[in-house]
Amino acid sequence: MTLKYDPNLKYAETDEWARVEDDGIVVVGISDYAQDALSDIVYVELPEVGDEVSAGDVVSTVESVKAAADIITPVSGEIVEVNEALDDSPEAINEDPYGAWIFKVRASALSELDALMDAAAYEAYNATREH
Amino acid sequence: MMKYDDYIYDLSTPGRTGVDMPEPDVPETPIPAEFVRDELPLPELSLVQATRHYLRLSQKNYAVDKGFYPLGSCTMKYNPKVNEWAARLPGFTAIHPLQDPHTVQGAMGLMYDLQQMIAEIAGFDAVSLQPAAGAHGEFTGVLIMRAAQLARGETQRHKILAPDSAHGTNPASTAMAGFTAVQIPSDKDGNVDIEALKAALDDEVIGIMITNPNTLGLFESNIVEVCKLVHEAGGLVYGDGANLNAIMGVVRPGDLGIDVMHFNLHKTFSTPHGGGGPGSGPVGVVAELAPFLPGPIVDLKEDAGEYVWKQPAQSIGRIKSFHGNFGVMVKAYTYIRMHGAAGLREVSETAVLNANYIQARILQMGDYPIPYGHRCCKHETVAQGKISGAEDIHTLDIAKRLIDYDFHPPTIYFPLIVHEALMIEPTETEDKETIDAFLDALDKIADEARETPELLHKAPVNAPTRRLDEVRAARHPILTRLPSATATQ
Amino acid sequence: MRYIPVTDDDRRAMMDAIGIEDIDELFADVPAEFRYPQLDLPEPLTEMEVMRELDMMAAENANLREFASFLGAGAYNHFVPAIVDTVISRGEFYTAYTPYQPEISQGTLQAAFEYQSMAAALTGMEVVNASHYDGATAVAEAAIMAVNILRHKRRTIVVSPTLHPQYREVLRTYTQGMELNIVGDETGDSDFRALIDLTNKDTALVIVQNPDFLGQLHTPQEMQDLADAVHAKGALLAVATDPIALGLLKPPGEYGADIVTAEGQSLGNGLSFGGPYLGIFAFRMKHVRKSSGRLVGETVDADGNRGYVLTLSTREQHIRREKATSNICSNQALNALAAAAYLAAMGKHGLRKVAELSWHKAHYAARQIAQLDGYEVLDDKPFFKEFVVKCPRPVTEINRFLLEEYGIIGGYDLSQDYPHLGDAMLLCVTEMNPREEIDDLVTALKEAAAPHIRLELEVK
Repeated sequence: MTLKYDPNLKYAETDEWARVEDDGIVVVGISDYAQDALSDIVYVELPEVGDEVSAGDVVSTVESVKAAADIITPVSGEIVEVNEALDDSPEAINEDPYGAWIFKVRASALSELDALMDAAAYEAYNATREH
Repeated sequence: MMKYDDYIYDLSTPGRTGVDMPEPDVPETPIPAEFVRDELPLPELSLVQATRHYLRLSQKNYAVDKGFYPLGSCTMKYNPKVNEWAARLPGFTAIHPLQDPHTVQGAMGLMYDLQQMIAEIAGFDAVSLQPAAGAHGEFTGVLIMRAAQLARGETQRHKILAPDSAHGTNPASTAMAGFTAVQIPSDKDGNVDIEALKAALDDEVIGIMITNPNTLGLFESNIVEVCKLVHEAGGLVYGDGANLNAIMGVVRPGDLGIDVMHFNLHKTFSTPHGGGGPGSGPVGVVAELAPFLPGPIVDLKEDAGEYVWKQPAQSIGRIKSFHGNFGVMVKAYTYIRMHGAAGLREVSETAVLNANYIQARILQMGDYPIPYGHRCCKHETVAQGKISGAEDIHTLDIAKRLIDYDFHPPTIYFPLIVHEALMIEPTETEDKETIDAFLDALDKIADEARETPELLHKAPVNAPTRRLDEVRAARHPILTRLPSATATQ
Repeated sequence: MRYIPVTDDDRRAMMDAIGIEDIDELFADVPAEFRYPQLDLPEPLTEMEVMRELDMMAAENANLREFASFLGAGAYNHFVPAIVDTVISRGEFYTAYTPYQPEISQGTLQAAFEYQSMAAALTGMEVVNASHYDGATAVAEAAIMAVNILRHKRRTIVVSPTLHPQYREVLRTYTQGMELNIVGDETGDSDFRALIDLTNKDTALVIVQNPDFLGQLHTPQEMQDLADAVHAKGALLAVATDPIALGLLKPPGEYGADIVTAEGQSLGNGLSFGGPYLGIFAFRMKHVRKSSGRLVGETVDADGNRGYVLTLSTREQHIRREKATSNICSNQALNALAAAAYLAAMGKHGLRKVAELSWHKAHYAARQIAQLDGYEVLDDKPFFKEFVVKCPRPVTEINRFLLEEYGIIGGYDLSQDYPHLGDAMLLCVTEMNPREEIDDLVTALKEAAAPHIRLELEVK
């Protein structure tokens, strides 16, 4: 199966994607590569709305039966929304990793996203990893 | 037809009871209604139903008493029946932990002797029998290390090192004690990487947790140097005793420089695993750490010839209620008394011989790579479920197919640093015919993997149950099932 | 020798396959200067000899089949029907490992799931795990779980002074590196108002026992009021309880507890000098991801048949390592099996009878003792099967008299843990104490109070 990449997103080495919405809110999820490596996702531990986070913090966890992956926020700011639908259907991330976002951050400095890769760079990066 | 292995509440019929209790022989005292519960939703079974229910359930289990159980790192040796007899003597089962010590001198004497014998086997000065399991002993050991260094005034220390081959309880015990777990890589021979260790050692390090033989089944040939380096940095060395079965009478961890270590009585000393417990995880220490042991421990007042409870002077405190898992101690005591020094050495030598025989035969077979097969192993060997010509077959499939051949599978996917690990520990109590039959099964499975891989993918087919849907269980957990609406979904 | 079946021929054949001439070669990587120490252990015994030795050691102990006992304090002499030992003596159960391969472990798994369900019924809670080590460590795990649920933002645990002294001690041992504040038990004031006053925005958990260590019962309404007050301050409530009492009394799940712990030994497990016992650990479903210990869940197999697996393992150390909810790596599986077999055999009627018998006998004993000169029964609150008696002399002296003259094992001496009570003992009466034993106890206590009785008895 070939992995999908959304050209409109930016990607972290730790496999989160980020997208900036019109109002400057940053939406974060995990990549197709990450969901494929985890296989069947059974649970997503969501952060709490109102939490102040710093870029690099572990703010969420995505779990399969035998593994748990930490989700790191690529930007600092305040958590303003979490995707509560994942409580009932965590498998949405397997089915549509770029649609099933996990949390949204009101970023204090959008420039932090400059450190992320674009889709082409992330795809090239993944090609160097043992899957 | 009644199926006695049905879910227990499905066997329930209103009005049945398994045990009649007598009527009160004293005047009754009214029970205020506000205290009394409305309903007690327990099942109602006859004694015959209950007996058949549990017998049927038992028959769905694999067990050491049924066959070969080469579960790596778990030491599934034969559980002697005389141990069970001993632990069921009324003089051991029907005594209360808070009785006057004068009335339980036999039990305290047994504990004292066991403390002494464990200390002698592993080269320590003092032992506490209180911890209830291996992980519990580990946590105890970490707290002892912390207490000893706080007593020295070294409050800046907060890191505990462990190799990347370590069992998950090592970092988990570290974190529970409030410390930072730091992982040290292994070198190409499976030993702790000495250069990486040197780089990690500083005055913030409490110590290292090390399993020897390690989880690759290898003796840490640098162990003396590791201990020396850690001690020079002001740290302490914790020995995870999970694999002691390989080295009894061969070498004593205390002699090598290890300061504190737990013992798994349920592995090395033949007490049964019970389907996941109870275990017992005594902790042994060098003299310097003895004041910090959890207490009370048993002491002998030589002049009076009397056993007494003693609280170590700077004890970390009590880690469990009462005195530990005494019933398990009786079994371990029985085992050690029946072996003596020469017997225990023969246990370890045979366990290691069996494991090396398996390793040699697998290497000869050529189907399952053994990454550290260039070294002789100790009590276990770690192979890989990577069969050439059968790339879509994984360790899990091989494990499940072994069930069809009536063997319990080895430990799988551990240690984490070996891809597709199959960790095989035969123990000393298996005969050669059984080991050969197991090796033949591995050989056949390798052929099947190439020729009829579907046999592996759908395995097991000869088990009481087919493969179970673990994803479903985790996504929508059902953890209890009661007849009323109280069932939890 | 013993349990080693390898013959000399086998050994030679295996060494040939390995390519060695001597077993010593397998240990060449062990530092030579430390190899083959002379172990100073006693000479080995045959099975026949070891049985004789153990028989003698066991006979040195005063066991409760021969002595009347009124000792409780966290370990209880309750009836164990014969079926329990039959079940846990099945080699298929006791010689199995943790059920990592569910296809060949359905016996262990289903029995554990049934234990979880029956213990949930008993406690009135939504989830019970597959067990912790004992009642004390279950309390410590409850504290850690509460701190995790509240995301480490609250770091104080309020404990009642009438929580078992050993449970409080274990709680402190467990948490000594976690920088938690443990308060509430310094004064000996067990009034709930004092605990509520101590509860504030830094409190993660309030822990009380009901029936408490001194045997006293709080009404369900008092318990509910406590739960409401604790919840109003944003903290959680844990209740340690007695599973036998729950055969009769309203369970903590019905009065607002968030976590329920209990020493499960009374359910089909012998006293065994303090272990192995059973840590019952119950909680609400919404907190399951923060809970510690093994959980068995229901699922289906590839043919669609109902089956059971270990589940939610990502909480545990073998996956989450230093981020696990606990380091625990086992459960008291065989003790939980004993509890399950006990509950199945006793059922709802049998367990209730056990609880009622304990109640009636304990109250009968208390009434008789209350009439004795020099003794005072603390009965300002209702009690279940244990009660405090203030004595005219030090409890150690009285207990020696009971033992030497009447063959009675007396109550727990409270003078160390609760000095403000003076010379006080905690007596426990269960269904195992026939009326004659209770009457003997009363007679013996009466004699022990008499001034002419010499109490400095010689003890061998």
